[in-house]
Amino acid sequence: MKDILIPELDVTADSTKISARGVQVYYGETHAIRDIDVDIPDKAVTALIGPSGCGKSTFLRCLNRMNDTITTARVQGDIRIDGEEIHDPRIDPVQLRAKVGMVFQKPNPFPKSIRDNVAYGPKIHGLTRTRAELDEVVEKSLRRAALWDEVKDRLDAPGTGLSGGQQQRLCIARAIATSPQILLMDEPCSALDPIATAQIEELIDELRARFCVVIVTHSMQQAARVSQRTAFFHLGSLVEYGETGDIFTNPADPRTESYITGRIG
Amino acid sequence: MSDRLRFEDPRPGSLLERSDRTARRSAAEARFRAYGLGAVLIGILALAMLLTSVLSSGLGAFRQAYLHVPIYLSEAALDKSGTRDVEDLKKVTTIGYGKVIAAALNNAVARAGIVVDGLTDKEIADLISREAPAQFRNMVLADPDLLGQTVEVPILANGRIDGYLKGRVTMETAALDSNVSPRQLQLADAMIQRGLMSLDFNRAFLIAPDASDQRPEAAGLGVAILGSAYMMLIVLVLALPIGVAASIYLEEFAPKNRLTDLIEVNIANLAAVPSIVFGILGLAIFINFAGLPQSAPMVGGLVLTLMTLPTIIIATRASLKAVPPSIREAALGVGASRMQAVFHHVLPLAAPGILTGAILGLAQALGETAPLLLIGMVAFVREFPDAPPEGLFDPASALPVQIYNWTQRADPAFVERASGAILVLLAFLLVMNAAAILLRRRFERRW
Repeated sequence: MKDILIPELDVTADSTKISARGVQVYYGETHAIRDIDVDIPDKAVTALIGPSGCGKSTFLRCLNRMNDTITTARVQGDIRIDGEEIHDPRIDPVQLRAKVGMVFQKPNPFPKSIRDNVAYGPKIHGLTRTRAELDEVVEKSLRRAALWDEVKDRLDAPGTGLSGGQQQRLCIARAIATSPQILLMDEPCSALDPIATAQIEELIDELRARFCVVIVTHSMQQAARVSQRTAFFHLGSLVEYGETGDIFTNPADPRTESYITGRIG
Repeated sequence: MSDRLRFEDPRPGSLLERSDRTARRSAAEARFRAYGLGAVLIGILALAMLLTSVLSSGLGAFRQAYLHVPIYLSEAALDKSGTRDVEDLKKVTTIGYGKVIAAALNNAVARAGIVVDGLTDKEIADLISREAPAQFRNMVLADPDLLGQTVEVPILANGRIDGYLKGRVTMETAALDSNVSPRQLQLADAMIQRGLMSLDFNRAFLIAPDASDQRPEAAGLGVAILGSAYMMLIVLVLALPIGVAASIYLEEFAPKNRLTDLIEVNIANLAAVPSIVFGILGLAIFINFAGLPQSAPMVGGLVLTLMTLPTIIIATRASLKAVPPSIREAALGVGASRMQAVFHHVLPLAAPGILTGAILGLAQALGETAPLLLIGMVAFVREFPDAPPEGLFDPASALPVQIYNWTQRADPAFVERASGAILVLLAFLLVMNAAAILLRRRFERRW
């Protein structure tokens, strides 16, 4: 693991964005994740790693209450964003999801034009008043997602006609067009080739300046490359959480060490 | 198989030799292909036989024997008061018009120099359909200025003469038939030679109302087509929104519990309920309980709506299910509400499937006969229903019921009419199915 690049640490302990305490998720009778306590910092990339089925994606989906859409799922525990409990009955999940954007494992652009894909969020949330403002948001979002130069001449072409990497960047543009504060990414590169992956990783690194990014990944190299903090999940529990450099060079738990050296997973 | 190979032993033998087992497998596959091909061929053969039979006996309905004889609408006979007042004109019955037409025909036959031994004036007049005087009377009542003029419109020929021109009636059968004589057929031959009679396109078949048992030549599908159209309108307006709304609710919003499971099972069962049961339901609820009129397209439409709803709901739910969940997640992920996710993204993708299901449901309803018999749509209706909405409560017929009706009648000319009506019904169904395919092609989008 010598080729792993450890990014500079610029995380301060007091800028906690998301704070989870005692989070439990049940799928019917199955206890999918248990007792998760974690503080996720703002303006940084936090990677969730672990073997398949360890609950990292489930935990990610708790953060914007996407698990609500699964009828059998039950979430318990306390999750606060900026100190506000997201399960508070006064909170509308729709508003929460505008604040917490999400990028999914498989690129899933709407079968509409590239422009409509990006403009959809701002439109339904009423973020822009005029067509010109909307166009500006579309352009800014696409620029920030490093896609503008490739698609500026064909904004009316269908989003589904783009390549896989472009589609995923379009999904990132769509997520950031609603001006969220947090960006959740569920294995955003698992369906992409290495070049597209490199582009997305570079993009994630840039996004951290403005957003709190939480990324689920299967690739430990990716976690090491893009994240400042890493949480290792195993069998539904959070085994170890700390600064990425520490996790990869000096893991405290033997299970973490086994996983990053490839013995379990 | 005493010398069975042990598992690890490499399999001996040449690839060029076909083993027994392989040969048996290939033979089984060849047999299966033959069965499949045979099944398809039997299907095609059955379809071909059906079409040939319907076409051969039904195409004649679209052609009709007409007499081409100028008729002088004499004022002396038809408007004795000379005022051209419609109320006065109504006093002259069809018998009066019959005499005028008979005289004109006799005249024309004499002028053309046609002589058939033993042919009486009455027999000549009987070449004309009994419906023709009524048609002339209606024409005059609609436009009294025609009086005193000579009109040249095609005159409907008697059904037996029509049958002779189409080969259904021959000299031999005419000799045994009290309704037509060989002499009349000879006259018909002579008139055809002189261009006084011909087979023309039968527009009236598609626009005229039904006619009585004795006048098959005048029977048309007009009221039936209009009645069916009214019912389809009602089914479309009611079943599509109700069905789609119910499906969206059940598929996207309803909690999954015992109650919704029960509803789901019941919808699937409703789709399999015999249609006549829906007819009894309609009779009990819409006519006996709600007091709606019998034979009305409104009642028929409501019954067919009940019948079509399960079909539409099942098709809609299937196409909603076929929309990948990633689209819903994408919409929810950017903060769309569930309703926005459904209406902005899921529904447009499911639309081709929904429309196809709806059209196929409509096509099924269009061909449905049994429930309509129970709610009185089997009645003999000659009056056209008014324009909607009032017309929805007027008595009307329906295409499949009209076919059923005609097959019950004694005159062999109605066999031709019924087959012709089947062709019209098939044409409508074909158009609807083609529309379903086109819509599917047009709106199908990849994701």
